[in-house]
Amino acid sequence: MTEVLSAPLVVEFPFTRSLGPVQSAFLTGLRERTVLGVRTGDDRVLVPPVEYDPVTSAELRELVEVGATGTVTTWAWNPDPGRNQPLSTPFAWVLVRLDGADTAMLHALDAAGPDAVSTGMRVRIRWAAERIGAITDIACFEPDDGTGQRDRAATAHTGEFTDPVTGIVAPARLDYVYSPGRAQTRYLAALADRKMIGERCPSCRKVYIPPRGACPTCGVATEEQVEVGPGGTITTFCIVNIKARGLDIEVPYVYAHIALDGADLALHGRIGGLPYDQVRMGMRVEPVWSEDGGFPDHYRPTGEPDADYDTYKEMV
Amino acid sequence: MRDVAIVAFAQSKHARSTAEVSEVELLMPVLHEALDQVELKASDIGFTCSGSSDYLAGRAFSFTMALDGVGAWPPISESHVEMDGAWALYEAWVKILTGEADTALVYSYGKSSPGDVREVLTRQLDPYYVAPLWPDPVALAALQARALIDAGHTSEPELAGVAARSRAAARDNPYAQLTSVRDGGEYVVQPLRRQDCPPVGDGAAAIVLAAGDTARRLCARPAWIRGLDHRIEAHSLGVRDLTDSPSTRLAAERAGLFDAPVDTAELHAPFTSQEVVLRRALRLGDEVTVNPSGGPLAANPMMAAGLIRLGEAAARIHRGDSDRAVAHATSGPCLQQNLVAVLEGDVK
Repeated sequence: MTEVLSAPLVVEFPFTRSLGPVQSAFLTGLRERTVLGVRTGDDRVLVPPVEYDPVTSAELRELVEVGATGTVTTWAWNPDPGRNQPLSTPFAWVLVRLDGADTAMLHALDAAGPDAVSTGMRVRIRWAAERIGAITDIACFEPDDGTGQRDRAATAHTGEFTDPVTGIVAPARLDYVYSPGRAQTRYLAALADRKMIGERCPSCRKVYIPPRGACPTCGVATEEQVEVGPGGTITTFCIVNIKARGLDIEVPYVYAHIALDGADLALHGRIGGLPYDQVRMGMRVEPVWSEDGGFPDHYRPTGEPDADYDTYKEMV
Repeated sequence: MRDVAIVAFAQSKHARSTAEVSEVELLMPVLHEALDQVELKASDIGFTCSGSSDYLAGRAFSFTMALDGVGAWPPISESHVEMDGAWALYEAWVKILTGEADTALVYSYGKSSPGDVREVLTRQLDPYYVAPLWPDPVALAALQARALIDAGHTSEPELAGVAARSRAAARDNPYAQLTSVRDGGEYVVQPLRRQDCPPVGDGAAAIVLAAGDTARRLCARPAWIRGLDHRIEAHSLGVRDLTDSPSTRLAAERAGLFDAPVDTAELHAPFTSQEVVLRRALRLGDEVTVNPSGGPLAANPMMAAGLIRLGEAAARIHRGDSDRAVAHATSGPCLQQNLVAVLEGDVK
């Protein structure tokens, strides 16, 4: 069979997230080189701070300032940093309990090598040169030479700053290689030759297009390939009045379900070649192939008499 | 309460890449094999529930395509969890317990091969404080492993032993992806070496559940679910004691694990160090056969590996190799969420 197709698939999303009062104070604080935690009912200090006690679920609002130095509680040496990670050279992932805090935060530690890292070692924050109110305002941690402030107790802080950060934008990009599998590969390969290939269910005998390798009614594999079309019948349609961004088609235009001859499932496509208000159910159409690619750009009337409703009513 | 049992289990031959098939093409043979074991058709099933993840596929609502494989027309009673199929099984179990169905088909699948699963899994982390740093699951497991070593609960040679035992056991498992420790391995993220990490791969699994007399009719020795519970821990890693898994222990207690000894444990411990945590949380002694299938160190298809643990434990009861077994599934970084099932066969 045809070699299975594959193509790059990039998923990118910039999630915009709002911050509650505690997260807002914490991230704004980082912008100002101030690390805030939150005090719990049993007098523990959580850093990074959360709005609800992870043990009691009580609301937490009592902010405190803690030190920019701390102690490594556990670590892991990362010899091969990923493209998005805090440092581009090998580094240690660390959980650091900052002075004055009772819990640890995750970040990166810039160190010479795994032999230079140990549980219990003293570290301090290296601030990013440009800070925007994000966890990455801490560029990383670095070994503390002992001149930094030590064993600082948590001190009360209002959490108030001028121009507080109230939201973050968290960009993410994931790269995939998409493979459509056997059935859809066969379909796409046939389209390249301007043929429309459906697949027949061995059980109910229906012909599906585009085929996905399974009959959704019977739950069995579809294997037998059947050429359908090129003629077809409009089973139903709608008139599109709003222009999609980047779409080079004048509105209004018609989008329709088209039952290709020999198929038992209507697929959808744009109708062209006649005014939008003359399209009707039962109209006979045929594909107009795109000039440079193997797919129907749109469908146009064949000029045949309209199909009888009974011939396509099952597919409406 | 009604008695509910696992009466059938099937899985794919797990592989590094299954680019030649779509998700539904991967899944369909597994569904048919599970149904054939109990001579049922999809239309005979009272409730269908699946587990998968859009982030693995890189597409929204990707599970709807896989639904073609179960024959969802005429309309069926169906649900989906964006989690490992073990949690889909939990939902199906509740559906049968409440009398809304007598049989259930549970399936799950995951293809890690289209993307970089270490990057993909960073997207499940706290989006404010953690995800922007892109720590991958190996890094987080390595922090846990270091904490265990520091606490004296394990050592790198002991972890190597877990890897060697798991991969050797997998030689008897025709579905396993990895059956040997290749070279001992360089560090991926120190202290975890290549051998301490699960293989990345694609796979699918399916289980049929049935109640009471239906189960007895369908299966010579049903694997009765005596207890099933799942629990979660605080999401911030720095709040948790990474050397322990109180959520696993609590789930096990509620599932009745500690009421009587078990002979078999199928543990969803993708990293060798996590088996150390789970053995302690579940109080498993050396007399318990742990991961005779090879476990997730031999095959770890995302979203299916937990359901497979329930299936493997049940299959041992079906075959008469086990009388009382515990199956465990996990989700999230460093064993954040844990599900425990206690399975029993009728007295021989």
